[in-house]
Amino acid sequence: MSIAPAEYDVTNRASEEGARSEDYLWTLNFGPQHPATHTTLRLVLKLEGERVVDAMPEMGYLHSGFEKIGEHLTFNQYVTVTDRMNYISPIANNVAWHHAVEALLGIDLTPRCRYVRTIVAELARISDHLLSNGAVGLDTGAFTFFLYAFYQREVIYDIFETLCGARFTNSYTRVGGVSQDFTPLVIEKIRAFLKTFPKTLDDMERLLTRNRIFVDRTKGVGVLTKEEAINRSATGPVARASGVTRDLRKDEPYLAYADLDFKVACASAGDCYARYLVRMQEMRESLKIVAQALENLPSGPVNVGIDQRMALPTKQQVYSSIEGTISHFELSMANRGFEVPFEESYAAIEAPNGELGFYIVGDGDDTAYRARCRPPSVLHFALFPFLIRGHTLSDVVAVLGSLNIIAAELDR
Amino acid sequence: MPHPCPAVDDVVAELVARFGPLETSVFRGQTRVELRPADTSDALRLLKDRGFDLLVDVTCVDYLEYKGAKHRYGLVYLLANTVTNQRLTVRAYLDDPDPSIRSVVPLWEGANWLEREVWDLFGIRFEGHPDLRRLVMPEEFTAHPLRKDYPLQGRGERHNFPVITRDHS
Repeated sequence: MSIAPAEYDVTNRASEEGARSEDYLWTLNFGPQHPATHTTLRLVLKLEGERVVDAMPEMGYLHSGFEKIGEHLTFNQYVTVTDRMNYISPIANNVAWHHAVEALLGIDLTPRCRYVRTIVAELARISDHLLSNGAVGLDTGAFTFFLYAFYQREVIYDIFETLCGARFTNSYTRVGGVSQDFTPLVIEKIRAFLKTFPKTLDDMERLLTRNRIFVDRTKGVGVLTKEEAINRSATGPVARASGVTRDLRKDEPYLAYADLDFKVACASAGDCYARYLVRMQEMRESLKIVAQALENLPSGPVNVGIDQRMALPTKQQVYSSIEGTISHFELSMANRGFEVPFEESYAAIEAPNGELGFYIVGDGDDTAYRARCRPPSVLHFALFPFLIRGHTLSDVVAVLGSLNIIAAELDR
Repeated sequence: MPHPCPAVDDVVAELVARFGPLETSVFRGQTRVELRPADTSDALRLLKDRGFDLLVDVTCVDYLEYKGAKHRYGLVYLLANTVTNQRLTVRAYLDDPDPSIRSVVPLWEGANWLEREVWDLFGIRFEGHPDLRRLVMPEEFTAHPLRKDYPLQGRGERHNFPVITRDHS
């Protein structure tokens, strides 16, 4: 029995003639539930062998109508919803929301409040970058690095718990102030963190920054040029890794940033490795900011005065002064509250992920008429197909991790 | 030839010279320009050439229940200059029954998903958009939920979503 050569000729590709090249593409559904997406998002990848020809990101799996809810909750109530947007750095969202509300109402914060908010926002930035770099490490095979990062996140959670009682969903800010002032214990814990964290950061850098496997998997992968970064509205570390020097902390100094000495971390390569390096450097700069702000923390009240009728007075003021009683009554009653102009304004902060702003329309009521959130994650997720084209399937997780997409912020 | 980074006032004056008298206002240091919907795309192109190179956001406000509002929808384009860090807000007002405006995706690729979101949640049609599909709501959804006449708790769409059984998946 002989084998017919034509049937078993492995080099014979006659049967493939006439087939279009797309016939050899296959589609891979990545997510919405996949350990490497870290959150609930979906990618439909078009593959040719192992190479990604195209990607179609899809979002909306966590859509909960946060902007609609913002039209039904008062300015102080809505802060609990902002916690759930970017849950990796909830305090930064709290700061962003009330920054925008105060811009609309025209409230001038007390110096202490500016510093307190700066410190918590920078701790949130460190916590966010630890997770996002840790996840990039985890996805590219560096598990120890991830554990080092997560241990330090735990320390920051501990500080937040001491500060306001909640580890994860802090809801820390209020209109015209914050819910709790710093206690000596909080300051002590932040000082301890400032002392121990640089050593861990050095260890983390030694583990990964010059690690051959990690560098090979991230260098030259997912390159975003400066022109494309601006054209596609990228902000934050993603844009700064591409050479865009925009950082709202320097460019539109809000809170206490004008008083503090820090540098803006930038790179020009625009690949996943550059984004990793920018985040590492930003953590060091954040440490500098926290240390300076903590040592120069102004004394005095943390909330605006009772004469402004914006922040709830302390119980001491309520029970011992008529102004305090009136202010408490005015702010607590359903048909009273803030004097909100019939106006609209946009205010943004440099959140860990990029420009996080709120466009708020006021209609004389305590509740926003429209509370638009400008989420950095949406614009970064829209970048994904552009960045991944031509790379391999294993690069998907590296690119996705370096963009730091948080689905709760993506869908809101 | 104009300076590459002129002041916001100069840019606004140039817009007025080209598109006729425009309503401008300043609130808390933010300059806002109101444009006719037909002019918006050309005006944004001009602004991009004058240094407002970053499209920060595209969003919309439904003025259905707003006191003293003359129009139903107000589109908001937030622009920023990445060199001088100036900001400018461009507004355009649209009305029912067919709220539509020219897409700015040819100018900024970043507008792609932002306009899709506005279409999804407000039902503003962007003409010339390459891929105007819903962004956050499911494809089979029929309403535009951020409109003011849409109730907070929905209209029961969720109960009518098709259920995929094991046999059909």
